[in-house]
Amino acid sequence: MAAGVERHNGPQRLIEGVGRRFVAGVEEFGYGGTLLVESLFWLLLGRWFRQPVRLPAVAEEMMSIGVRAIPVLVILAFANGAMMAMQGIYTLRDFGAESHVVPGIAMSVVREFGVLIAGIVVAGRSGSAIAARIGTMQMAQEVDALRVMGISPVRYLVAPVLAAMLLMMPALTVLANCLAIVGGGVFSVMELHIGWVTYFDRVLAVLSSDDIAQGMIKSLVFGVLITLVATANGFSASGGAEGLGRATTRSVVLCISAIVVADMIFTFFLSR
Amino acid sequence: MSVNTQQQGSPVVEVRNLVTYYGTRKILDDISMNVCEGEIMVIMGGSGSGKSTLLRYMLGLHRPDEGEVRLFGRDISRLGGREWQEVRRRIGVAFQGGALFNSMTVGENVRLPLREHTRLDENTMRIMSRMKLEVVNLSGFEHLMPAQLSGGMVKRAALARALVMDPEILFFDEPSAGLDPVVAADLDKLILRIRDATRVAIVVVTHELESAFEIADRITVLDRGRILMIGTVDEVRNSDNARVRNLLSRTSEDIEVDAEDYLQRLTEGAD
Repeated sequence: MAAGVERHNGPQRLIEGVGRRFVAGVEEFGYGGTLLVESLFWLLLGRWFRQPVRLPAVAEEMMSIGVRAIPVLVILAFANGAMMAMQGIYTLRDFGAESHVVPGIAMSVVREFGVLIAGIVVAGRSGSAIAARIGTMQMAQEVDALRVMGISPVRYLVAPVLAAMLLMMPALTVLANCLAIVGGGVFSVMELHIGWVTYFDRVLAVLSSDDIAQGMIKSLVFGVLITLVATANGFSASGGAEGLGRATTRSVVLCISAIVVADMIFTFFLSR
Repeated sequence: MSVNTQQQGSPVVEVRNLVTYYGTRKILDDISMNVCEGEIMVIMGGSGSGKSTLLRYMLGLHRPDEGEVRLFGRDISRLGGREWQEVRRRIGVAFQGGALFNSMTVGENVRLPLREHTRLDENTMRIMSRMKLEVVNLSGFEHLMPAQLSGGMVKRAALARALVMDPEILFFDEPSAGLDPVVAADLDKLILRIRDATRVAIVVVTHELESAFEIADRITVLDRGRILMIGTVDEVRNSDNARVRNLLSRTSEDIEVDAEDYLQRLTEGAD
């Protein structure tokens, strides 16, 4: 029959769908970029325009993003370090190379796993909390209220989070590094019959400032990514409680994906 | 009942040929209206009439697709950051759900605009916020959190926050929605008292007829994104426009039944 002439068939619809998603993705990317630029603007120049980013707000964010994440970070980092020691010693023993496990732990923790664990802990805790908070405010017209009061929502809600992330992510990364190395040490000291002093000597012998800097740079990038993904998802939340749940879940999933992908790209360029 | 004070001053809000779309659907169609100094303008219409959308465009929360919105004679879509800031300091908005910040006490909520826009010391801000809470009969509640307030109290607290910078235009979205008739009537009286005390221009968006007739100097009746009429309370009451009459008598529109159309709609897209 004539019906269906006007309608798109399968492949066309598929391409159309892919196109729409691609455009939406690019749009979201751009939105994240404007959030970043605007936040940095308020952080750097807000005081000059007599609209500073409030320090108490930054301190509060630092507490919830950083300080309250410490307990879970301690456990994860310690366990991860110990796991690396176990795997390393068992697999390298076949080659009689188990003594090389200590430099291996030191390098991979400082360059890779410390910052990744810190990133995932912060993404899981704050990525959801920030999206939920801003999403609730968006739906209750509180974001509109800020705008009509002449208070930039980005300055008021995003900039303090960004500042707190940039300060706390490196700190949490250092903490995760230390604990993962201690965790690896516990198992290595027992299994390899070396002393703690020897263990730390070997760790410090292989680490260069470049390795540590690599982790620090990644931690800053992760902090920026988590901030942008979480706040962008919060601002675009709509559709009641269900929509809020969706935005929160999406925020966490995207935060962790963004971190892992960014980590891969960074490692590719930084380890050359 | 308020006196007829039509066109008493120069207009502070001017909407000119405003057309807006949501996606491809036209929401507002060629809207033109003014609100003058010291006047209470009620924007009335059923749900889906576009009245809340019109309010959002007046507040500059969206950019018009066509036409313009002027506040204090200035086209708000052409204002730079600082000029916008100046204009925004001269308007106050009470949102439908109050939009109080849940993490702050009532007092902190009311003080927020002062804190962000002025360099007053803490004590002065406290006194000013208490004065405004006094005006809306919420004195003594400043240390409560918004979650501890009743619906009527939330609206009054939002009103106090909207008034704290002594605005020249006050926008009030659905003051009586979700309130019982007694509390709603109190709020109407409060709005009239504030106008008489401060001569502020007030724009109220509502679907409540009684409330509209009680407080309005002029009423803009919206229906399906178009203006049906703009007039005084009496003019609206005595209007012989069929749609206005329908709205007043609370009968729904007759749904036009067109057999061709109906069949078309049902069979659309079917094989």
